[in-house]
Amino acid sequence: MEKYSLLSLFRHARRHHEGWPRAWRDPAPKEAYDTVIVGGGGHGLATAYYLASKHGVTDVAVVEKGYLGGGNTGRNTTIVRSNYLRDEAAHLYDFSLKLWEGLSQELNFNVMFSPRGVMSLGHTLQEMRDIERRVNANRLNGIDGEILTTAQVQKRVPLLNCSPKSRYPVMGASWQPRGGIARHDAVAWGFARGADAHGVDILQQTEVTGIRQRNGAVTGVETSRGFIGARRVACVTAGNSGVLARMAGLRLPIESRPLQALVSEPLKPCLDTVVMSNAVHCYISQADKGDLVIGAGADGYNGYGQRGSFRIIEHTLSAVCELFPAFSRVRMNRQWGGIVDICPDACPVIGKTPVEGLYFNCGWGTGGFKATPGSGYVFADTLANERPHPLAEPFALDRFASGALIDEHGAAGVAH
Amino acid sequence: MLLIRCPYCQEMRSEEEFSNAGEAHIVRPPDPAALSDAEWGDYLHFRKNPRGLHREIWVHTAGCRRYFNVLRDTVSYEILEVYPAGVSESDAPGETTP
Repeated sequence: MEKYSLLSLFRHARRHHEGWPRAWRDPAPKEAYDTVIVGGGGHGLATAYYLASKHGVTDVAVVEKGYLGGGNTGRNTTIVRSNYLRDEAAHLYDFSLKLWEGLSQELNFNVMFSPRGVMSLGHTLQEMRDIERRVNANRLNGIDGEILTTAQVQKRVPLLNCSPKSRYPVMGASWQPRGGIARHDAVAWGFARGADAHGVDILQQTEVTGIRQRNGAVTGVETSRGFIGARRVACVTAGNSGVLARMAGLRLPIESRPLQALVSEPLKPCLDTVVMSNAVHCYISQADKGDLVIGAGADGYNGYGQRGSFRIIEHTLSAVCELFPAFSRVRMNRQWGGIVDICPDACPVIGKTPVEGLYFNCGWGTGGFKATPGSGYVFADTLANERPHPLAEPFALDRFASGALIDEHGAAGVAH
Repeated sequence: MLLIRCPYCQEMRSEEEFSNAGEAHIVRPPDPAALSDAEWGDYLHFRKNPRGLHREIWVHTAGCRRYFNVLRDTVSYEILEVYPAGVSESDAPGETTP
């Protein structure tokens, strides 16, 4: 792997940038690997990267049916934060946020992590009480958080409609300064490049069509490019986790739904933080290239079509216009949907399954992007040591039998 | 945007009038106390979540407010069949209860 630096940029500039090597190889699949990771999104590639770099497990293949980061990694609104209410979730997401802070250096790849602060608005007395509870819970867990008054909100976001005459007046907000946004593609590419440099085979355009087992243990995966043997199979397939589980004869406590997002035409800098609102339901930030990135809600029913219902767009844009009257004349460029895997408690499932050697890391639902490095780190540790990483332990599949759910639905500042 | 024909109102109405209530034909265990924790957890939380034909419950929230079943494709979103609650699974292909 060629190290990216000012010197290498200078060297290649002298050759008109024609000599850059490819960032990762395109190998033919081997007959068998120690570990096969199904799903070449951010979480899967991060798992491969940490398996190889932290645990020395390099006989690994990442199998991806499309292209890298083409699923939810490339379809989210890139918000990174860790202000979750429950201890288990807060620890996991804050661990991930700490990895984000050093990720560009760790990967030698600019993931454009920009800690510009995340603001969650409160529009009712009850929301303000919830915000106080959450901010205090965060602080007890060592996570930064502040409660802003309406005047402080207005000062930070001049374009926001804080008029007491608006239909849902802004009464205040929670504020996490360390939160922010990152470049979604760069995260997938950075982890792919890092994993490849450690010898991990990244197999794109390779769809898993079956999971082969013998005596209750996995022996490998059937793919569109033939059978690939494996001692361990780790599924990190987000919305399609149910499909993979079915191949292994399992069911999961997960339902798959489209979650939509939109981007506008590029504008001059006008919004330098992330603004979220549960009550009117929208979240919005401005990407570094100027377009507004707007998150909409999830459909109210299961679906695998990567689009989503039009009425959700209508609902979200009416909320955006209410909060930012100046944006009412902005044109939207693109709209899309990603298939999110939602658990009953809105928390992930990380760890073993009843089939020996078969692991799942799924159920991240509507908030997986922020967890990308942390998810990969704890899952790699879980795979390498064949026991749950301490941060992943509360997220085992058996919590749905024990009842120890970690109820983050609506608790962590987002309402879908 | 889905268009759903309510089997009671007998009218084709927009998705906005309806709410989805999840997978259909899940039978509540007759004696929950006799189940193990795993079996009870399975009943409460585990779903088929198929990519393809799915039998699900809808309610006509802004209409007659009655529940009914729908057989829908979760990829193309095509609705193949609508039938009243209480009616057992039809012969149409799709996810059947094991």
